[in-house]
Amino acid sequence: MSNITLQVSDAACDRGGRQLFAPVSFDLLAGQAMHIRGDNGAGKTSLLRGLCGLSPLSQGLVRWCGLPVVQARETFLSDVFFLGHALGLKDELSALENLQAAQAIAGRPVSMQQATEALTAQDLASRMHLPLRVLSQGQKRRVALARLQVSTARLWLLDEPLVALDAAAQQALTVLLQTHISGGGMLLFTSHQALDLGGAVQSLRLQA
Amino acid sequence: MNIFFTVVLRDVRLALRRKSEVLNSVFFFAVVATLFPLAIGPEPAMLRQIGPGVLWVGALLATMLGLPRMFESDYRDGTLEHMLLSPHSLGLMVLGKITAHWLLCGVPLVILAPVLGLQFDLSADALSMLCLTLLLGTPVLSCIGAIGAALTIGVRGGGILISLVVLPLFVPVLIFGSGAVQALESGVGAQAHVSILLAMLLPALFFSPWACGAGLRIALE
Repeated sequence: MSNITLQVSDAACDRGGRQLFAPVSFDLLAGQAMHIRGDNGAGKTSLLRGLCGLSPLSQGLVRWCGLPVVQARETFLSDVFFLGHALGLKDELSALENLQAAQAIAGRPVSMQQATEALTAQDLASRMHLPLRVLSQGQKRRVALARLQVSTARLWLLDEPLVALDAAAQQALTVLLQTHISGGGMLLFTSHQALDLGGAVQSLRLQA
Repeated sequence: MNIFFTVVLRDVRLALRRKSEVLNSVFFFAVVATLFPLAIGPEPAMLRQIGPGVLWVGALLATMLGLPRMFESDYRDGTLEHMLLSPHSLGLMVLGKITAHWLLCGVPLVILAPVLGLQFDLSADALSMLCLTLLLGTPVLSCIGAIGAALTIGVRGGGILISLVVLPLFVPVLIFGSGAVQALESGVGAQAHVSILLAMLLPALFFSPWACGAGLRIALE
């Protein structure tokens, strides 16, 4: 397990010809978490998107298990779970259908039973057959977070996971993240709120 | 290969939950094909001559109506991001989306065409040739259209831009599609036209998903 690492060296992002933050370097080992901090517009989301390859980094190299991710893209992608501001959910489908479709597209299909259990854990048992458009913003986010519950990915990249969640849901998410990390998973997240994950959480502040 | 069917199934299910979008293009096709005979007058010889062309133009425009929506909702709600981050081949997923578009937009036109063709006094042979050319031509339209849709994703007023991008590429399909029926009517035989349509279909099916994939990657950067 110890050889699973995410190594980032000299990563930086450009937006509109301007460098968003001074280049950052860090290593993340199995069982570690990192909180990316920064003001609005500091480039937190851009960094996360750059790390998983959605948008190019203007400079720097990302290695997964020792290999540059450009070379080992498929291995890397099957180990990564990214959740950004857009949840990737369809208003016309029910929570259950959304969860199953999203997981199938992510290459990690789940059975009906697993999906039902994950949604029940998110306190959505009574609403899982309703079309998503009748759910509240927070409930929609919980449907997306139910994907974490069934995720087998080792590296989680979460962009503002606490947004729109009530206290109980925040608590449930914290427990979920703790379980992930203590099971040897890795976590990179951005948040303006503090997230108490028990163990030591590394902190990275993005500065121009 | 599983992922292909997953995407097709998901898109078809989504479309059936918002039927108006599917019916929109089918209804448009029916209206165009019905208004022409009414406006031109009951001259059988004239109708027979313009029939295949009118039906083909109608089918082409009806296909184009659905194009802007092909990737738009997936782009807006973030599903495309998840597709790009999937370890599955993006090409297969895009092919799934193209297939779903054809099933929902192309196939109804193929089924409807012989019925609407009766208004133009087309013979049984001409009607079946029309169906065959539409069956071969509409998937080409979906494939080429998807490239335009992928390139104009997230662009305001993308609909007009798509037309500009794909219309020139649609023209050969239109010419050989409606030409086949006219060639059959005039006794020349339509084999050459059908072969050319098939020759357009195969590379379109092969290359379009990759071109779309590249377009989507650029759009999401």
